[in-house]
Amino acid sequence: MEEEKKKQTVIPIGPYHPLQEEPEFFKLFVNGEKVEKLDIEIGYNHRGIEKISESKHFDQVAFTVERICGICSTSHPFAYVNAVEDLAGIEVTDRTKYIRSIVGELERLHSHLLWLGLAGHFIGYNTVWMWVWKAREPLLDVMEYITGNRQHYSMFKIGGVRLDILNEDIPRMEKMLDGLLPYIDLFKGAVMDDPVIQARAKGICPLTKKEAIDFCAVGPLARASGVDIDIRRDNPYAAYGMVDWKVITAVNGDIFDKIVVRVLEMYESVKIIRGCLNGLKKEPEGNFDLKIKNIPAGEGIGRHEAPRGEVFHFVRSDGSNRPVRHKIRAPSYVNVPTNEITAIKGTISDAAITLGAVDPCYCCTERCVVIDKNTNKKILGGSDLIKLSQEKTRELKKKMGITE
Amino acid sequence: MSTFFDYLIFPGFLFSAVFGMLAVYIDRKVSARVQWRKGPPLLQPVYDFVKLLGKEISVPEQTSVFTFLSAPVFGLAAITLVSVIVWNAMLVPGKTFIGDLIVVIYLLAIPSIAVIIGGFASNNPIASIGASREMKLILSYEIPFILSILTVIIKTGSIRMGDIVTYQLANPAVITSASGIIAFIVAILCIQAKLCLTPFDIPEAEQEIIAGPAVEYSGTPLAIFKLTKWIMLFVLPSFLVALFMPSADFLYNLLKFAGVLVIIILIKNTNPRLRIDQAVKFFWTYGAGLSLIAVILALIGL
Repeated sequence: MEEEKKKQTVIPIGPYHPLQEEPEFFKLFVNGEKVEKLDIEIGYNHRGIEKISESKHFDQVAFTVERICGICSTSHPFAYVNAVEDLAGIEVTDRTKYIRSIVGELERLHSHLLWLGLAGHFIGYNTVWMWVWKAREPLLDVMEYITGNRQHYSMFKIGGVRLDILNEDIPRMEKMLDGLLPYIDLFKGAVMDDPVIQARAKGICPLTKKEAIDFCAVGPLARASGVDIDIRRDNPYAAYGMVDWKVITAVNGDIFDKIVVRVLEMYESVKIIRGCLNGLKKEPEGNFDLKIKNIPAGEGIGRHEAPRGEVFHFVRSDGSNRPVRHKIRAPSYVNVPTNEITAIKGTISDAAITLGAVDPCYCCTERCVVIDKNTNKKILGGSDLIKLSQEKTRELKKKMGITE
Repeated sequence: MSTFFDYLIFPGFLFSAVFGMLAVYIDRKVSARVQWRKGPPLLQPVYDFVKLLGKEISVPEQTSVFTFLSAPVFGLAAITLVSVIVWNAMLVPGKTFIGDLIVVIYLLAIPSIAVIIGGFASNNPIASIGASREMKLILSYEIPFILSILTVIIKTGSIRMGDIVTYQLANPAVITSASGIIAFIVAILCIQAKLCLTPFDIPEAEQEIIAGPAVEYSGTPLAIFKLTKWIMLFVLPSFLVALFMPSADFLYNLLKFAGVLVIIILIKNTNPRLRIDQAVKFFWTYGAGLSLIAVILALIGL
């Protein structure tokens, strides 16, 4: 008997699609507008970071894993140094802890703002996109000011941080936070009270609590479904146990709750940063690096609550200067598969925002080289680009009224 | 001879194309300013158009080449004709014919139908979804649109656009009455849907179905599709000006057109996109309801 071939329309989202910033392939099997099945294909971005990391020595790995992601670029070194410090039994100074938490939370702020803008873009609200990203700019400027870079801060090293946050810099950061809060209030109002956004987000493609637990979802995605998990509170590290804040959860797990959780988490991040800055004022300056020389043999795990959820690093050392095994699990690894059950609860339009609401982590690690077309010569090489970026930092400092 | 001049030069193709490009420039510039961006230079639409003309035309396999390539041309021809009728009515009201308003309503549907035909002829699932969305959108906005035009017909007592304009030049404009303002609001929302702008840009939602019906088009046919959209962005607001608030002065009419255009752009920039079922529901309840109220108010003389 010949099997009848079932004809079904497939709407491809990816590998290259305006919705996705990174190559991922979602096949939507649709019947009219209704999504009936979702097929996820990932693996377009594999770069073998774990293998690379095994060929670097321990100090270099912190900067290598930073290249995994362009947006949550500090969460991987954060988890990695946690792992190595767990392995070697290192207890860092309080000043280090505060600085680490500050960088981690600043990153969460900028990551959530970035996502909020993209979420606006996904439902065709480009004004929200542009406004949110404008509000994100002062944050990145402060990042550049305290770490030297807008992204890839390279702040973390085993046993400490690379740069100190001087006490005289603290008022500038507090001023930035003061300037940011009205914007977050504005977005909170604009997003939560807009009837059209509510129509597009409320009750759309919910991830129930049971489904979230079944799929081991983490981060804001799980918290929006009512799963009360947060590594920062459940297993305190850095300065998260030393300042006052609370975990935000919602109930329904629909798109609206995912927005609400992320917006409210920004207030908590501001609270954590304020607490850390206050703690920093009491600590003596300059005591931020233990200058670790040797890593003993052993195994260690490190976890960090990245903006997208728990990121997990496992490091094994045999006493040499390189990790013999380095395992990384990023939050999107467990969050993206939830689309399989949430996207089929809605139409194509809902699927677009649902796929985006997971906040999949993307990787952008290309270096830029400018080549003259006629002579085929490099106009700007790596060192020129570094020089350009340093000039930009200097200009920025001048604009902010800082003398070197 | 004068018919050819009307159709090809003024107020037909050339005039509407130039002002269509100006309209899309204003759209992009105002959107950019609202979004804290700089926006394009004045000639950007011209660059876009000329660039597209020079690109290769690719036709999908297993499709009717004639249908695929002719669909954009039909849309452009129809909307150009609307421009002739609407602007002739405002400039030389005597030049119009009886029932031209009905003709305009029919002609305004043709660009959308061209999009549907082109989308289905593309033989692409994304284009088909876009075309079917466009079809649902037409079904939803036509009723409130025609009802709000009916309000104008009742107020002015004519289905000839020249008469509608001359009546309003002698008497207060339709928009100054209660029924007129309601009908105008509904009509603005309907042309928002006709123009495929947010919140009703559902057929070409780029984040969902990558420009929908236009996905397989390239080169000159795409340029014609784009030009049709731009001319619509000029003709539809000026159609509303002619119906609701015409004046004798050409420049004054253009100013009013710019005002209506800015309202449309602001609506576009302060709303997210609706789902197609929500859009249909919106037009069949609020849209049709409001325009029905406008018709009733017009009948009792308000």
